[in-house]
Amino acid sequence: MDSNDNLGEESGNPESSGITIKLDAFEGPLDLLLHLIKKDEVDIWDIPIARITAQYLEYLRLMNDLNINVAGEWLFMAATLIHIKSRMLLPPDPSAESPEEAEEDPRKELIYQLLEHQKFKNAAQMLYTREEVENAVWHNPPQEVVEDGKGVVTVTLFDLVKAFHEIVQRFDSQRSMEFSQEEVSIEEKIEELRRLLLVHDRLLFSSFFQQARSRRHLIVTFLALLELVRMREVWLYQKKAFEEIYISKSKSSGETS
Amino acid sequence: METRELQEILEAIIYVAEDPIKPDQFKEIFPDESFDNIELALKNLVEEFNSRPGGMLIREVAGGFRMTTRPEHHEFIRAYLKSRPNAKLSMAALETLAVVAYKQPVTLAEVLAIRGKKSSSALQTLLEKKLVSIVGRKQAVGRPILYGTSKDFLIHFGLKDLSELPTLEEFAQMAGDQL
Repeated sequence: MDSNDNLGEESGNPESSGITIKLDAFEGPLDLLLHLIKKDEVDIWDIPIARITAQYLEYLRLMNDLNINVAGEWLFMAATLIHIKSRMLLPPDPSAESPEEAEEDPRKELIYQLLEHQKFKNAAQMLYTREEVENAVWHNPPQEVVEDGKGVVTVTLFDLVKAFHEIVQRFDSQRSMEFSQEEVSIEEKIEELRRLLLVHDRLLFSSFFQQARSRRHLIVTFLALLELVRMREVWLYQKKAFEEIYISKSKSSGETS
Repeated sequence: METRELQEILEAIIYVAEDPIKPDQFKEIFPDESFDNIELALKNLVEEFNSRPGGMLIREVAGGFRMTTRPEHHEFIRAYLKSRPNAKLSMAALETLAVVAYKQPVTLAEVLAIRGKKSSSALQTLLEKKLVSIVGRKQAVGRPILYGTSKDFLIHFGLKDLSELPTLEEFAQMAGDQL
């Protein structure tokens, strides 16, 4: 258990701890543990539990410092690690019924959990690869726009708000930095959309938000779009309910939703 | 009908079909043809079509047949269509999907136990994208909802059926080597 003093040394400055901090890389406690194990090339069957626990707790502290909400499962895992650590310090249970039971490795359950998790991460990787291949393939008939407005579904306000909400969520999960100085007005955005529609017959609702660099920018873009719909310059439609929303030039006011 | 002629018609129908088309659907169009004949014509067609050098393929997806472009030409097709790659599923969604695919029918609690983290929003995304569907309720306390993968799942990942997925043992072996 040489790692206890390590903890004292490292706790002062998280930057020097050697834990690489990639905030979205660790979606859950098991992901972080797997990372710590791989990073130090630790033998999964002989995890140095004190060291891993220390590193784990340090990561939690760091999340706390960064005001990231630590979900319950992170604390539960911390408690599990500390529990395992304390059990490993105890001599074998004299009241155990068989020697096997007394000597059972307190880490066993965690090890199986980690292996199981890695197994499904591998399966997810396989799905990722397959998805990539499928994205590179088109089939007949190509998804053409239905120009006459037949067979399309007009978009309800609920769909629109939901689609926008998804965009904001995606933005929040992907952003690395927010440039708050950027000022875009609704008028500018309206002009931009008009220009885009001169070139393209239709635009994907979600793609229109791609260059936005701040939440404010997203909201201004959304308002600009609503304004154009209100002025009946554009109309929004889906090929089927709940599918992707398209933005298209309005040919006549009758088609506007 | 001559197998040759049947084969040609099948090819044309696969070309115009919007969704993967199943042998049963061909049987509806050719009520006088035996199932064996249709299967034979399909087999010949796929072999012949896919062995010829060309930009298209006939693939078995979700229990049916579909004509697609060859993946290796995607750059040029994309340049022509001026399209961007579709939004990919997040790692969280893919992991959740992997658990559902291999453990189905599965409850949310079981998914959570394997992933060690909350999975309800990832599962919600998968339900919205129709890759996962509700397949029933478990005969247990609270009758929790059971989830499974859908036909769209097979189409999305280009799978003929679930048995085309590698076995979990292969991934377990891999995990053993990685750790």
